[in-house]
Amino acid sequence: MEVNSIENGIVIDHIRAGLGRKILSYMNIESGDTVALIMNATSKKHARKDIIKIENIREFDLAALAVLDHTATVNVIKQGKIVEKINLDLPEKVVDVLRCKNPRCVTSVEPAIPQIFHLVSPETVEYRCEYCDEIIKP
Amino acid sequence: MLKGKNLIEPLDFTTEELEKLFVLSNKIMDKPLDFSECCKGDILATLFYEPSTRTRFSFETAMLRLGGQVIGFSGENASSAAKGESIADTLKAIGCYADIAVIRHPKEGSALVASKNAGIPVINGGDGGHQHPTQTLTDLLTIKREKGRLANLRVGFCGDLLFGRTVHSLIRALSRYEGIEFILISPEELKVPEFVRNDILRGKDCKYCEVTDMLDVLPQLDILYMTRVQRERFFNEEDYIRLKDSYILDEEKMLLAPKDMIVMHPLPRVNEISVEVDTDPRAKYFVQVKNGMYVRMALIMSLLGKK
Repeated sequence: MEVNSIENGIVIDHIRAGLGRKILSYMNIESGDTVALIMNATSKKHARKDIIKIENIREFDLAALAVLDHTATVNVIKQGKIVEKINLDLPEKVVDVLRCKNPRCVTSVEPAIPQIFHLVSPETVEYRCEYCDEIIKP
Repeated sequence: MLKGKNLIEPLDFTTEELEKLFVLSNKIMDKPLDFSECCKGDILATLFYEPSTRTRFSFETAMLRLGGQVIGFSGENASSAAKGESIADTLKAIGCYADIAVIRHPKEGSALVASKNAGIPVINGGDGGHQHPTQTLTDLLTIKREKGRLANLRVGFCGDLLFGRTVHSLIRALSRYEGIEFILISPEELKVPEFVRNDILRGKDCKYCEVTDMLDVLPQLDILYMTRVQRERFFNEEDYIRLKDSYILDEEKMLLAPKDMIVMHPLPRVNEISVEVDTDPRAKYFVQVKNGMYVRMALIMSLLGKK
């Protein structure tokens, strides 16, 4: 399958297969943007991977991307060339990216409360709900 | 300085701040009349979305004994929550009326939400199965008074360690002291949650072991902290009935316990401690109740900056 290169924008590569669609939902895509989501491409790093290409992207939430898949790589493209490679560091705190799954958590009954999580362990990629202490793996 | 602070979870105060609180509690206990007008003109709001007698009465009595006044409700249906009002909105309003508030709510993290919105000091009076820090203050004061120390203790927790918020809070608080060994006695289904194990492992030189048999470990304990299997925490009545009588402490079992071990319980009890144990000098659960009122007096005074 062939997808055209982009002139200006970003390529998020090496996304774990199956996560591309979820990551795309956090990318502030607007109706006029040119976007390619490639799912289950062959990969040397993983057996399969997803890739996202976005032409002319403005801003996006690197923290959200890092939490969802910190092994992905982000390439910034200008005039058809990679001008920057961004390494994804796990953020210490994320707001409204993860959702607490604990049915006893106050966030389960008060939807206006921001969902806040704190990094517990970078090794195991575990986050703790600020309210109920529930540990989740994104 | 604790003035203006909230108490949402046991680690909100440093061990030094706790020590000052215990010193003040002991002073109040010695001469309660000296403190009878400390909070004159101040109002405590008690927001109990969940039924409670002991904790609510303890707070209300504490404020009344300090010369302050109390407003509040008990039961979700008695508040605007029944109309669908959020915790944040309720607390913003309460912050306009009262000088300090205590909240008990069935959802975990509710007290934190309250504290972010009230604009006055907020005390967590129990948030679901999560934390109950003023019970922890009560427990720590009782241990300190009865055992003379808060370090180098072997503490057995028995019963519902999964939903028992008093257990979670006390473990978190004791983990900051040196040489604490936790013996966690529970059925498989009611073992402590993962975050509690993490609290212990982050602690100072703390150890833990998890067992299902109380009799094996009873002779080794400095403190036995009993808990009730709480019907209201179960989604399934069958599970509750199956587990509710897992551990019952009676006179016969107390024969196995060391002579200087103390028995604690956050109360209310159902049948997990036989009434025959009440007359044993090692039974300290009603002493805890009294200590609880005094430590809450010290807490209210400290958060309001009273001397």
